[in-house]
Amino acid sequence: MMTFDEITAFLTDKFGADAIVATETSGLQPAILINPEMIVEVCEELRDNEKTWFDFLSCLSGIDHGVENNKFSVVYHLASIPYNSQLVLKVIKEHDRNCSELPVFHSVSGIWHTAEWHEREAYDLVGIRFEGHPDMRRILLPDDWEGYPLRKDYQAAEEYKGIKIN
Amino acid sequence: MQVNKTRYDLLTENLQPEEMILNMGPQHPSTHGVLRLELITDGEIVKEVIPHMGYLHRCFEKHCESLSYLQIIPFVDRMDYLASMNNDHAYVMGVERMLGIDKDIPKRIEYIRVLVCELNRIASHLIAIGTYGIDIGAFTPFLWCFRDREHIMNMLEWASGSRMLYNYIWIGGLFYDLPVGFEERCSEFISYFKPKLTELNQLLTDNQIFISRTAGIGVLPADLAINYGCSGPMLRGSGIKWDLRRADEYSVYPELEFDIPVGKGEMGSKGDCWDRYKVRVDEIAESVRIIEQCLERLMNELKRSPDFDPRAKLPKKIIPKEQDFYIRAENPKGELGYYFITDGKTEIPKRVKARAPSFNNLSVLPEIGRGVLIADLIAILGSIDIVLGEVDR
Repeated sequence: MMTFDEITAFLTDKFGADAIVATETSGLQPAILINPEMIVEVCEELRDNEKTWFDFLSCLSGIDHGVENNKFSVVYHLASIPYNSQLVLKVIKEHDRNCSELPVFHSVSGIWHTAEWHEREAYDLVGIRFEGHPDMRRILLPDDWEGYPLRKDYQAAEEYKGIKIN
Repeated sequence: MQVNKTRYDLLTENLQPEEMILNMGPQHPSTHGVLRLELITDGEIVKEVIPHMGYLHRCFEKHCESLSYLQIIPFVDRMDYLASMNNDHAYVMGVERMLGIDKDIPKRIEYIRVLVCELNRIASHLIAIGTYGIDIGAFTPFLWCFRDREHIMNMLEWASGSRMLYNYIWIGGLFYDLPVGFEERCSEFISYFKPKLTELNQLLTDNQIFISRTAGIGVLPADLAINYGCSGPMLRGSGIKWDLRRADEYSVYPELEFDIPVGKGEMGSKGDCWDRYKVRVDEIAESVRIIEQCLERLMNELKRSPDFDPRAKLPKKIIPKEQDFYIRAENPKGELGYYFITDGKTEIPKRVKARAPSFNNLSVLPEIGRGVLIADLIAILGSIDIVLGEVDR
């Protein structure tokens, strides 16, 4: 089983120095910020390597960092059932909140099927598109909903299908 | 924006002449809530199952962006409304750990929390078993389970004031202490309930009709379960001994003795519907053991005293440091997780995301529901034991 520092060292060895953008160790749970282009290879390695075996994706969240920051990120909480360990991975991208061109991240649904529905929820509520996802459509809101409610600049709609919302 | 055709479009557009799209619509007695299952069937065999959800979406995360930490607790109750105490407990543990006060909670409060959580676990599993029986066609276990659950509801109403959505476990303590006489009434309930559990077992578990309806149906291999993020009785039914009460060792569970039942494939294959059902039945027996140990400690070492204030450790201002934190706990349905993002300045969190176990457990349905008969699909859906309040949040 590898500790957090061993995992960061191992990932830097295997994928090069630009795989890891930063590490956050100030909070209760340390996190690794991964280069958004390499997230799929990193996740596959973490899942298949016998020293880490992160076979369980607990949670995948899409986050809007606020109107001043104009950044979108996806946070992956991994767990390893054989070793009983946990890891947090993050990918962050800048985006100018243009709703016709959504921020695009790579999908990890080929590695953990858990991600299929979690990524659909991130698309539905925060408006993050995942490339490589087999079924990118809304999951919780009606199919014809406009807008992404969990964004910080979301204005609640005035009308829905011609009915005024109070 | 040009999008590729989604898998849903591909499935529904290229229908063969003998296939039919059938809607197990949102209003259906066996879907355990408002869940729409779109079935592509060839006669009675289901070729594909496509779940549509969102009918009970109540915007929990959006509400949390404008409420303080203590005000979120009633909203948290309403996600898995059959096991509210467990939702509260997981949320409160997360906030306490972020504030750093989780080691200062008095032992009596921790034991009371575990007691009500385990009572709620029994109530939730009783509903799972009762409604599973009635989905299959057995009416008697349904009424027996609800009769026993009424006793638990009455006790929890005595403690907290409401039958189902308690708002009882608060950050740093409880809303009220247990009423005088609660421990005795709980012991009476336990001694009343144990023979009822044997009766329930005789009615369903060894029943030949029930076995032929559920054994060998909906087999979920262990690696598929882990990959789809299943947890709780679904994962334990497939043979993996993974229980967060033992893995994370939170609250006072390390001081309590209980086993973790696992599915062994006694009646069919490992990981079929009968295994998941049996894991729930065995978990009720383990919860009864835990409740007995809690009661014994609450009546002896941690006796009530007149100057005990359950709200003593409530922080005046709940402002955690700026961080993001993920807490996970064992709900009756599986791993319930909360992901907090705080900004360190106000009493309102920036984001609280709830990772609901039923959401992940339901995602495996399109995989194991392929190629089964429609009646078997009902059996599989019942064995997954979903609560739509959690799936949709």
